[in-house]
Amino acid sequence: MLIRHAPDLRFSEITPKSLYLRRREFLQTAAGAAIGAAAVAVASPFAARVAAQQKGQGTAHGAKLANVKKSPLSTTGEKLTPWDDITSYNNFYEYGPYKEDPKEQAWRLKPRPWTIQVDGFVEKKGTFGFEEFTQPYALEERVYRMRCVEAWSMVIPWVGIPLKDIIATYKPTSQAKYVEFVTAFNPAQMPGQSTRLLPWPYVEGLRMDEAMNPLAILAVGLYEETLPNQDGAPIRLVVPWKYGFKGVKSIAKIRFVDYQPKNTWQVMTPNEYGFFANVNPAVDHPRWSQASERRIGNFLRTKTLPFNGYADQVASMYSGMDPKKLY
Amino acid sequence: MKPIVILKRSLFIAALIPAAMLALCFYQDDLTANPIEFITHFTGDWAIRFLVITLSITPLRRITGWNPIIQLRRMLGLFAFFYATLHFLTWFVLDWFFDFRQMASDIVMRPFITLGMATFLMLLALAVTSTQKSIRRLGRRWTQLHRLIYVATATGLLHFWLARKTVVDQFQVVLVLAILLLGFRVWWTLRKRINAPTSAVS
Repeated sequence: MLIRHAPDLRFSEITPKSLYLRRREFLQTAAGAAIGAAAVAVASPFAARVAAQQKGQGTAHGAKLANVKKSPLSTTGEKLTPWDDITSYNNFYEYGPYKEDPKEQAWRLKPRPWTIQVDGFVEKKGTFGFEEFTQPYALEERVYRMRCVEAWSMVIPWVGIPLKDIIATYKPTSQAKYVEFVTAFNPAQMPGQSTRLLPWPYVEGLRMDEAMNPLAILAVGLYEETLPNQDGAPIRLVVPWKYGFKGVKSIAKIRFVDYQPKNTWQVMTPNEYGFFANVNPAVDHPRWSQASERRIGNFLRTKTLPFNGYADQVASMYSGMDPKKLY
Repeated sequence: MKPIVILKRSLFIAALIPAAMLALCFYQDDLTANPIEFITHFTGDWAIRFLVITLSITPLRRITGWNPIIQLRRMLGLFAFFYATLHFLTWFVLDWFFDFRQMASDIVMRPFITLGMATFLMLLALAVTSTQKSIRRLGRRWTQLHRLIYVATATGLLHFWLARKTVVDQFQVVLVLAILLLGFRVWWTLRKRINAPTSAVS
């Protein structure tokens, strides 16, 4: 006997497995959204954080980087700042003025495909894809202290390429006195760029000898993983003896120039931020002391060291210069 | 129960929500990578918001003519003081951990700290004299003393302005509201002065 058994469910009504597996996430999201809605009424930062947790793509753990060699130039004997802290607390005004903005907003950025334009007084000019730009070099892990001008600090295991090796590839001419770095300009992906928080795009620079210093690197990773968007994916500058704002992120242009570049914060507030921005506990920021810093994760403050503790490797570059001018 | 009593009790609960949220964040270990900075900004933001909310009571009373609303003013002002106290203690205990030398030099040398400290002391004076007893004892001088809230709002805003690196939306909102609320008083006073002589003549 043929028993006709019409299915109770049409196929279209069956929850796709992928969604079914994410049901808890959906519940959390829904609960999060409800809490978020309530929070908007009292404090918008809370709601923004809940919204960010629904996304997270590009801002969570990245791909593992292979063949990373440890560098003897790494800082030793310091406790590493946890990955969660490094990736959830930083200044990146392209995503907003608050420290939690980068983690919440940076999922918008598409770090691939990515191009870097090399220009100015240099033999090998051109626009290079990220892979072509980074592929010739071995990746190194460099553990460095990072001292923000706001008097907090971290210890970060960067993965990167010595800047001097990259510079050698492009062969700057004798007219090149400074290197200027420019962050990508793309307000659709970097919402802060639609505001007037800063003059866009973000510009930073180094004197040629500073750029050639062995400590200077272009970082492409963190904790042996690709750099999360909020920390400046796909490639950023790291100069550990200078205040954090010198570390220009998501670099799209590198120009070899014969003038001292006008870096963004100097343009913004010339009486507070200079070009060199070397960490200097003896020269206060006009609004606060630079003598001590709060290491993220520690309760008590720590003393700030001249050149952030890297004086042995970098101080000779500034001999004869007025230290007061090195802020 | 009278509507004002219900309103006052609800507002009392509502005004404690930010503190409760902060406690919840602390409990869930969700105070960002730099908890001291987060608590400092959070409590400071709410202190200035409550100052502005307090300033809105008198204009609301004048505009609506609903006099009982004045019963909310002291409570809201004390909440401004409550959050300002948390803000001050965060700086005093958590940020500098009783490093008196550094704090003293900051108060003297850094205008935004000077202004913050001055604002706190003004709010302290207002809070201490907020009792019925003080109102009776100080009489007319009580009204004069409590005009300090205008000064405290101005110095508080300046403190906020100087502490920030760039202009943030939140500051603009608070600033615009404060200007409107202080402007209302200027307008109200001028209007009374202009009206007063004419009514005296007639």
